[in-house]
Amino acid sequence: MNSTDTNQLKLLATKARKGAIIGTFNAKSGHPGGSLSAADIFTYLYFKEMNVDPQNPSWADRDRFVLSKGHCCPSLYAVLALKGFFPMSELEKLRHVGAMLQGHPDMKGTPGIDMSTGSLGQGISAACGMALAAKIDNKDYRVYTVLGDGECEEGQVWEAAMFATHKGLDNLVVIVDYNGLQIDGTTAQVGGVEPIDTKFESFGFNVINIDGHNFDDIEKALDNAKNTKGVPTAIIAKTVKGKGVSFMENEVGWHGKATNAEEFEIAIKELDAQIKELEG
Amino acid sequence: MAQIVTKATRESFGEALCELAKTNEDIVVLDADLAAATKTSIFQKSFPERFRNCGIAEGNMIGVAAGLASCGKVPVAASFAMFATGRAFEQIRNSVAYPELNVKIAGSHAGISTGEDGATHQCLEDIGIMRTLPGMTILNPADHFEMIEATKAAINHQGPVYIRLGRLAIDSFNDPDNYTFELGKGITLHEGDDITVIATGLPVNEARKAAENLEKEGINVRLINIHTIKPIDRDIIIKAAKETGRIITIEEHNVIGGLADAVCEVTSSECPVPVRRIGVNDCFGYSGPAKELLEIFGFNAPSIEKVIKEELNKK
Repeated sequence: MNSTDTNQLKLLATKARKGAIIGTFNAKSGHPGGSLSAADIFTYLYFKEMNVDPQNPSWADRDRFVLSKGHCCPSLYAVLALKGFFPMSELEKLRHVGAMLQGHPDMKGTPGIDMSTGSLGQGISAACGMALAAKIDNKDYRVYTVLGDGECEEGQVWEAAMFATHKGLDNLVVIVDYNGLQIDGTTAQVGGVEPIDTKFESFGFNVINIDGHNFDDIEKALDNAKNTKGVPTAIIAKTVKGKGVSFMENEVGWHGKATNAEEFEIAIKELDAQIKELEG
Repeated sequence: MAQIVTKATRESFGEALCELAKTNEDIVVLDADLAAATKTSIFQKSFPERFRNCGIAEGNMIGVAAGLASCGKVPVAASFAMFATGRAFEQIRNSVAYPELNVKIAGSHAGISTGEDGATHQCLEDIGIMRTLPGMTILNPADHFEMIEATKAAINHQGPVYIRLGRLAIDSFNDPDNYTFELGKGITLHEGDDITVIATGLPVNEARKAAENLEKEGINVRLINIHTIKPIDRDIIIKAAKETGRIITIEEHNVIGGLADAVCEVTSSECPVPVRRIGVNDCFGYSGPAKELLEIFGFNAPSIEKVIKEELNKK
């Protein structure tokens, strides 16, 4: 990828992070940590990878995206707004009564959301169903789903993984946002989910380990997935929870809590500085 | 009298699905390693390209169905009622009911008539569980002909549907030439003003026999068959409550959560009358031949007649 493209993606991802911080601050709740770790992945998918049309969000032949770790929707909403699915101002009403943007993704109310998620483990199954529909109809749309590392403790993830390989869903890409933290501690402390990559390997996936904040890595992995026939691909994206806001990075406490006024000011100042630098 | 077809409603369902799939190319059937038992195997034989066995993983199966529905398919996900609605409850709630996806869930081996497999497989809670979900349509057909029409209605309805299937071969009582299925509408099978019996599913035919026997003794029972438990036919219940003053409900389900509750919810607000509940009295079942269990649990005509007389004596 050339440096202009990389710069543009970094700029969009930073704006998405800012959107997530604004949304969760106004809501006085939400999940900033994972929203920030997955922001680069969402940005790449919507601005480089997926064939979608913000003017026609329910276009039948579009690529699909399922946010299986539904709680990280604040930065996904920001990416969808940046892409033009709805106005950026909706982010300020996140989680408010009557708002379009619900605490967890609602496919009925939000343009661009392909599946309602939030209960962990369920999104990947729905993504399998979408990929299967494409296979049955001989269509070439592709299906992407982002899972949390902690989410991989859910048994349903592995039911779905078995299904995806057995049914030959090579049009499915599972991306694990491997930030190493969950609500009660590190993934190593809480549930014993590791190793994640070899688990997917043993389920028959084409597995690629990448740096989830490196757009070249993301691009190469998704190209590899497209060229892999017969089996689904799992991209294990090593990320930093809270990425982009200094006091949130790798801090377990920022899973599901919004910034207070003082923290908000610091976070916005940091993100604005990054945006200014990227805008050159 | 129309010809009697003796068949389990799971089999009628499998046949109906297969017939509907000939003209509806969007139907996709999923099963969880029970195709031979739920009779989706009938569909599988004719339409292998539109059938997927999901293995013993009901939660994932429901999610796959949700994804298929979001892409315009009409998925039918089948398993035993216990696992389809119990194991996969939360998947049905969050991945199907909340987004109002067009998924049809078929639960076979419902009720005590599952027989020898015993308590773990005799689902007595499915109707109650499904009834708590907003937008869920619940169908519980009572014989072969009703199941064929109910399956058609389920497929043609836009939105989530739970349809309850039985394991035991039962006699039909409906006349296919004079039968109309209307979603959400009860059917009066026997006219009468002394008392009302509201039944659903397998016990409807026994209730019909009871009503006919009692007619010979000069007792006029109004018998209503409720094939759609949600949305419930409020009008037919209110009218019966007003005109007969006393109701008996019959269902092969726990007396908590199912038809009895659905009827009481209507009568208590619109026209409070005594409601006697025939069902499984908040206990688990056990192993035994289906017909013996049905008798023990009071689902045969003589037991129903006895309850009707008891209730009439209270008037």
